[in-house]
Amino acid sequence: MGTSRRQFIKVSALSTGGLALAASSYGLGSSLSDLFDPENDYTGLNLKRVPTYCEVCFWKCAAWTHVDKKGDIVKIIGNDEDPHCNGRLCPRGTGGVGMYSDPDRLKTPMIRVKGKDGNDTFKEASWEEALDLIALKMSTIAKEHGPESIALLKHGSSGSHFEHLFKAFGSDTIGEPAYAQCRGPRETAFALTFGSWIGSPEPTDIRDTKCLVLIGSHIGENMHNSQVQEVAEAIDKDVTIITVDPRASTIAGKSKYWLPIKPATDIALLLAWLNVIINEELYNKEHVEANTVGFEELKAHVQQYTPEWAYTITTLEPALIRTTAREMADAAPAVIVHPGRHVTWYGDDTQRGRAVAILNGLLGSWGKRGGFYNKEKIKVPKFPHPKYPHPKWGWHSLAEDYPFAQMGLTQEIIRASIPEEDTKHKVKAWFVSGTNLPNTIPNRPLLTKAIDSLDFMVVVDTMPMEITGYADVLLPECTYLERYDTIRSATNRQPSIALRAPAAAPKYNSKPSWWMAKEIGMRLGLGDYFKYDDFSDVLDWQLKKMGTSLAEMKKIGVKKFPRKSGPLYTPDNQPINLPTNSGKIQLYSAELEELGFDPIPTYTAHDEPTEGFYRLIYGRAPMHTFSRTSNNPMLADLMPENNVWINPKVAKIWGLKNGQYIWLKNQDDVITDFPIQVRVTERIRWDSVYMVHGFGHHEKELTVAYGKGASDTQMITQTKVDPLMGGTGMRGNFVTFLTEQPNTVES
Amino acid sequence: MRYAMAIDTKKCVGCSDCVVACQTENNVPTGYCRDWVIETVTGTYPDLAIELRSERCNHCAEAPCVSSCPTGASQYGPGGIVFVEHDECIGCGACIESCPYDARYIHPDGYIDKCTFCMHRVEKGQDPACVAVCPTNCMYFGDMDDPNSEISKLVSTRKYKTLAPEAGTDPKIFYLI
Repeated sequence: MGTSRRQFIKVSALSTGGLALAASSYGLGSSLSDLFDPENDYTGLNLKRVPTYCEVCFWKCAAWTHVDKKGDIVKIIGNDEDPHCNGRLCPRGTGGVGMYSDPDRLKTPMIRVKGKDGNDTFKEASWEEALDLIALKMSTIAKEHGPESIALLKHGSSGSHFEHLFKAFGSDTIGEPAYAQCRGPRETAFALTFGSWIGSPEPTDIRDTKCLVLIGSHIGENMHNSQVQEVAEAIDKDVTIITVDPRASTIAGKSKYWLPIKPATDIALLLAWLNVIINEELYNKEHVEANTVGFEELKAHVQQYTPEWAYTITTLEPALIRTTAREMADAAPAVIVHPGRHVTWYGDDTQRGRAVAILNGLLGSWGKRGGFYNKEKIKVPKFPHPKYPHPKWGWHSLAEDYPFAQMGLTQEIIRASIPEEDTKHKVKAWFVSGTNLPNTIPNRPLLTKAIDSLDFMVVVDTMPMEITGYADVLLPECTYLERYDTIRSATNRQPSIALRAPAAAPKYNSKPSWWMAKEIGMRLGLGDYFKYDDFSDVLDWQLKKMGTSLAEMKKIGVKKFPRKSGPLYTPDNQPINLPTNSGKIQLYSAELEELGFDPIPTYTAHDEPTEGFYRLIYGRAPMHTFSRTSNNPMLADLMPENNVWINPKVAKIWGLKNGQYIWLKNQDDVITDFPIQVRVTERIRWDSVYMVHGFGHHEKELTVAYGKGASDTQMITQTKVDPLMGGTGMRGNFVTFLTEQPNTVES
Repeated sequence: MRYAMAIDTKKCVGCSDCVVACQTENNVPTGYCRDWVIETVTGTYPDLAIELRSERCNHCAEAPCVSSCPTGASQYGPGGIVFVEHDECIGCGACIESCPYDARYIHPDGYIDKCTFCMHRVEKGQDPACVAVCPTNCMYFGDMDDPNSEISKLVSTRKYKTLAPEAGTDPKIFYLI
């Protein structure tokens, strides 16, 4: 370990095959005995059902895990009462069984050691040994550099248990890619405009909207469940969909208007739409008068952005820009200009988000039926524990250059881990939970340099993802189907909670994260923060405070509560009262102006591909999430690898054929580890290529996913960082094609 | 009683949830499927039409797989559901050759397998698993003999097509277009 170069280890290196198979009963209790479900016992298998909420993506749909007589999980069905899924899971949720049954799962703790050949390797360890080592290392590093120098990089439900551990330990050097590599810019943009984050699930009233505008958001390929369901419902009611995308996405195929925009020019279109709506006086004047600030400044600002001006930039016909602006205005306030979700594209993403928010503000859709409803959630009471100590520095200090950063910036934590980088504070160790950084974070060389420099690194995962090969201690987590977790409480039309309870004992020698966090906490002398034997004690305490109980929640899975915050839609005769500085919709942002940023968005031209290169656009497929599902046998069966979409004109120039395998090379001469299949299709512009994110795994222990397709993340070596909140724009990367096998490094 | 399915291609996003739900409901071995999703693209950029649809056995009224089966294992069940009695199937594959929809496969256990409209669920008044799970609610199952059923109404009011009508099999999957 120490400071020597951290060799990537193939996870099973020292595996003897004689794994400790003692099935743990942590968190299982006697929950299975009374849950036989005759209603769902179609096959006469005596299926029992246990409530859960899904962890394959972040939508967290509540469901019933079905278990057969042998105790095996056979299927997962959505909970009818759940507003996230309405009884219908998406393919990943239905295929969640494959996460449980995947034979490639991590099976027992491992510790990095020097092998006989002098190379690093993993040694199987007992939980005692692994946890003792983690506690020892954490205290030693904290003594020398402070607890703040140990960072937590996390995603998903498990992260919350480690977040509690870290805050108790004195570190809030915490970050997750879900912010600066994903939805951060839109949250900042909407906070600046309406005073609050969009949050998840988005409070878009799609089921009742008359006009849905999507800017690069590919609903239906992203299976954000209830949102997809509502789009289908809206299609039944003849909604007008306007999709702006250089690619003919699935939803573009269902849209009345598809605007095949030149990539990286969205702000020009948004400004031109504002120009049309303002100059043709298509907005509701009373609303603008009563509820907004800065209209006159906005009006003066957008005069220069005519549809004719935008045409030269976006390649979209002025008439089409005008028609679609009028469609939105006709539908207002039942119109949604969707904020999107993964929005870290070009580095001016918060400003693009601002343009989207301003457009919504002008159209009056905030708080209105068919626009954005007034969301509400129920607070889950905090299980009592001593106050967290106050860290001397933390994620804030590392994000100082970005005044509107509202969460930890993963890339700044990474930078602070590199000794030569000029940062005020230094990060010495990482604890990584539920996020496969090499297939998530742009600029992989920088990431591996940071990992090389660390004194210590712990990785918690269910699968041998790439990140696990860099761990000093590797902890196998059981899947969401085998554990308790925190209560799900999310913003919706009506507050509700959902329970996740284990449907089977953890397979192999895996454990739940709450248990790992508690065990490490005990070893660090933080027992007062973990005053419970089993996480079900915490849940029962919280649920009783909320007027229910663990026993009741096991029977129903989801519980709804009455709204308390006021009406779902703000009545038309009532001014909207927002938590912004002005209390109104901020078309013009004084906060931005004060700090020297554009108070109203402007258009900036972005880099364009050079001769022979094409802009790399990436996205999702409905059956996969991140890089996490590509080894799931059931989901890999649906889509085993990604392909690269190439316009027929481009394919002709290069002589590329459908189904041919090629390698991609980016502007920095980085070549994909593996070849990728060509898909010649009219569905993509000639200046861009498209691929689905999350493939091209180079960890051989992922026996299904290894070497299948190419990794878009590997091609993303350049980022354009958002000066407002630190989001890493990732769509300024360009690739070209190699038809002969290049000399790739054995990984 | 005449069971049928209508699938609204205007709503289908091609997510393949129907495929996974079928696999977990019917214990279909990994690598095999009883239903699948097809995408067709017509036109040139940017004037395109994209159609996505979930396909499966068409439970034909004039099913060539039934007439070509030498043992009688391929047969019509209640409501016209076409199914294979596994115990009577010798796995000869004549039905596979005769099916214009390529809807059948050889199960690793040696018999021919295919969509049953989830007979075991339908008997209990439930929708087939694919219909029950579909996040876009784009699939409808019901009795075509009942003029008041949702499916009868959809097929009588909406534009639709069937697959390979030229095969003369009288298929019972209707694609709303």
